Amino acid sequence: MTTPHSTIDQLETAENPARLRRVAIEPLTRVEGHGKVTLLLDDENRVRQARLHIVEFRGFEKFIQGRPYWELPVLVQRLCGICPVSHHLAAAKAVDQLVGVDQLPPAAEKIRRLMHLGQHLQSHALHFFHLSSPDLLFGYDDAVAHRNIIGVLAEYPDLAKQGVMLRRFGQEVIRITSGKRVHGTGAIPGGVNKRISRQERDYLAQEYEPILDWARGALALAKKLLFADTENTRNFAAITTNMLSLVRTDGALDLYHGGLRARDPDGATLFDHFDYRNYGDQIHEQVKPWSYMKFPYIRALGENAGAYRVGPLARVNNCDYIDTPLAESARREFRAFARGGAVQSTLAYHWARMIELLYCAERIGMLLNDEALMGSEIHTRGEMRNEGIGVLEAPRGTLFHHYQIDDDGLVTRANLIVSTTNNNRAMNQSIRQVANDLFDGREITEPLLNSIEVAIRAYDPCLSCATHALGKMPLQLELVDANGATRQVLRRDSTE
Amino acid sequence: MLKHFTLDGKRIPFAEGQTIMDAAMAAGEYIPHLCHNPEFAPHGSCRVCTVKLNGRRVAACTAPALDGAEVENDTDELRDERRTLLQLLFIEGNHICPACDKSGNCQLQALAYYCGMTAPEFTHRYPLRPLDASHPDFVIDFNRCILCELCVRASRDADGKSVFAIHGRGIQAHLAIDSPSGKLGDSKLHKEDRAASVCPVGAILPKHTGYAVPIGERLYDRKPISVAGDVSDHRKDSS
Repeated sequence: MTTPHSTIDQLETAENPARLRRVAIEPLTRVEGHGKVTLLLDDENRVRQARLHIVEFRGFEKFIQGRPYWELPVLVQRLCGICPVSHHLAAAKAVDQLVGVDQLPPAAEKIRRLMHLGQHLQSHALHFFHLSSPDLLFGYDDAVAHRNIIGVLAEYPDLAKQGVMLRRFGQEVIRITSGKRVHGTGAIPGGVNKRISRQERDYLAQEYEPILDWARGALALAKKLLFADTENTRNFAAITTNMLSLVRTDGALDLYHGGLRARDPDGATLFDHFDYRNYGDQIHEQVKPWSYMKFPYIRALGENAGAYRVGPLARVNNCDYIDTPLAESARREFRAFARGGAVQSTLAYHWARMIELLYCAERIGMLLNDEALMGSEIHTRGEMRNEGIGVLEAPRGTLFHHYQIDDDGLVTRANLIVSTTNNNRAMNQSIRQVANDLFDGREITEPLLNSIEVAIRAYDPCLSCATHALGKMPLQLELVDANGATRQVLRRDSTE
Repeated sequence: MLKHFTLDGKRIPFAEGQTIMDAAMAAGEYIPHLCHNPEFAPHGSCRVCTVKLNGRRVAACTAPALDGAEVENDTDELRDERRTLLQLLFIEGNHICPACDKSGNCQLQALAYYCGMTAPEFTHRYPLRPLDASHPDFVIDFNRCILCELCVRASRDADGKSVFAIHGRGIQAHLAIDSPSGKLGDSKLHKEDRAASVCPVGAILPKHTGYAVPIGERLYDRKPISVAGDVSDHRKDSS
């Protein structure tokens, strides 16, 4: 059962903070790869504090100051190696506003949307097959040496191959639309730099053939695995939060554009179709001394009650419908799982993610049959402005890029609220829930350590790209007794 | 009767007064270079075109061709030295190819690829150099300036304006602009000026546009610099 918020919140900071010990693991990139969980225990081995630290350095907001605005989409996509397209396009949407463009030529928007769908497809496939399926297939307590993608390849070779091929197709979509599989240059101010030729469209259409079936299979597998233990799916790391996402004007799921919709845990609408250019009226960010990552919240509800979740769980909960038949059918089944209000189960992220994977597959198929995709007018210009705000739905959730420029075209201020940041408080609450439910009074074992990772991994934070038992997740778990002495350290680093 | 020298064993004819570089270019042979552009007087500052003339190192762009001379160009030794020079250029400024608008159309980058440079091996200096975006048509990113003086020569010799000059010496040397404020926006640079389009790297670039040429279609995406030639040879394509 979900522990009341107040109990979980108490685990953020122990009563005697002077005895807290802060250990930093050197951050290398902005989000991927470096996570740290600290637990503080009392003499009875009860958890008094549980924190997820993402020891990242948000240098981008500062060091892009003074750079020309037209560099932004290419420059800021280096925030990430898994979802660079999302940063590329969020910045491009902001830059569109800077060059006075509110409406792209149809072909340009379709090409960007295709690029973005390819991005979601490959990212979701990567997360489900490569990073999470070992937990779901083999169990949280499976042997470390086996609980990884290599184990999946050995025991379920066809399944693993489908995961790889789904991802490959998404990467090919990105390559055709942006020039490279990772870190291309497709979006430029007011449009894109490259048309889609008929030959390229036909190539993708040919490659597309098995994709829809594989996506359906992935969704079916996710459901099968999650419903093998329905109670665990409902309760593991479960917390209750508000949900935030973009929705299309008619309430449909839309990953590229829309208005902001927030709903409370009971499903009541907090705000709807809100113009994201005014996001600051609704979303504020809290800074805590123990984390490099901010804690965004819905302003009207305050810092704790206003915490929200983003990403597949929020999107599939929040939208009124999905405009592709298979994904819509899946969405209805998903929503029926809720016992009133929204589906709050943290593990349901996996389910929602695979519904989106199916949606992306269906949508890509539709776009590849759209003649307008190959239109020749691919960019436009307007009157320069000094401020641009681009928001879209990245694989991991709502992504905000906000830029101000001077009259010479150089960036004077930037604010980025990255998807993973939106889930910061929720991820912390989830690990506290796990710590509260599973750890209290027990010796720490590797399976318990992994159960924390499973909770974090469900959110697919950017650090999750390097958090699997393959050894790529540098994660350190420390047990510190009430006197501040470290009693036990379990550590995984990137060299293992 | 034409005189000849040998370039890596190949006979290269030349006329009196030609440099090694002039003759090699005329014969279709590639000697790596950065500061040289046949439109302007040779400068001999980047030293990337250093060859061995009868065993002595000389800059091919300034050394007169000698009848019967033996010139070494494409050797492991010289390639290693050129790679070192290129690495020094990379670490002196801030050359961030992944985000640079000029990537794929940049002679420095293309030459680094040609010489087999995979990463700078020296410590980056990371200088702090603010951009000058005061001109309505161009931005100067001093982080990428390699002090080749092509803009200096083009402005002085082709445009008759002397908008640019190099100030300071040694590691303090930097590109300066002749205007009351020292800003490009107050200078006489016009968008049709040769100096505005002569930069072989990403230091002087047009404003409000970038990455217009898709990856795969840029100058050096399909051909190495030894075949594709200089940026200036493709002005309309690479701008």
